Amino acid sequence: MGTATVGLAGGALIGVGAALLLLLNGRLGAIGGIVAGLFQRSSGEWAWRAMFVLGLVFGGLLLVPFAPSSFVPSPTSGPVLFLAGVAVGFGARLGGGCTSGHGVCGVSRFSKRSIVATITFIVTGAVVVALVRIFGGAP
Amino acid sequence: MKRQSVGAFASGLLISAGLCLSGMTNPNKVIGFLDFFGRWDPTLLFVMMGAVGSHAILYRLIARRSAPVLVPTFSLPTKRNLDWPLVLGSVLFGVGWGLSGYCPGPALVSLGSGSGSVFIFVVAMLGGMAGYGLAYREPRRT
Repeated sequence: MGTATVGLAGGALIGVGAALLLLLNGRLGAIGGIVAGLFQRSSGEWAWRAMFVLGLVFGGLLLVPFAPSSFVPSPTSGPVLFLAGVAVGFGARLGGGCTSGHGVCGVSRFSKRSIVATITFIVTGAVVVALVRIFGGAP
Repeated sequence: MKRQSVGAFASGLLISAGLCLSGMTNPNKVIGFLDFFGRWDPTLLFVMMGAVGSHAILYRLIARRSAPVLVPTFSLPTKRNLDWPLVLGSVLFGVGWGLSGYCPGPALVSLGSGSGSVFIFVVAMLGGMAGYGLAYREPRRT
């Protein structure tokens, strides 16, 4: 299968998975927000959030043997990965969403905030990748 | 176990399958998409089209219901105004995303590979989220 087919099919599956959470639990499939919610003590909300995260992790565990090429490590060094992780975690909360929350769920609701956020993180990400390319350690 | 948890687990499983099938758990493909001045990899664009397309249709169908299946009400974001936290947070997110090739979903799905580097990223990401909670003392969400 070509890149376009695989991408569209995988993307559709992501959209269906997120829609399932909306249909059953009335929540958007905003991964960053759901994970961050684990740090808030809101009554009765913790269990389903934890099970959602467990579904993601367990799915990965099941799929690793079937798609080893999808699970290669990041080309980035450990200390930079750590900084990147902090930036992604903190940024997703400050900006109120991540690639799934803003990029998929928000954009598909035509939310102005999500469209601005998505353009912002794609442009910033592209600038960072270009800078890394210029100043050595090109991926 | 609450039925809500079963729905959430199923949703997480489906999303992980979509991320894995489309190769979005591979950080090189994400960095390749952001590499507009190098060998640009369009995969992420197709993934976004597939995900936004299917979610846009299903969202509208589901939103017609008076209530979700397992709980009494929908809980959807209500903020509409653009503000600086939105932009600054998204800039920070983009910096981390571009440096690592990981965002929250793919990083969590990749934990199953047992790679030490993704573990470092996830621990740091959880730290960043917890740090935000401490810094801003978020009012309780409903």
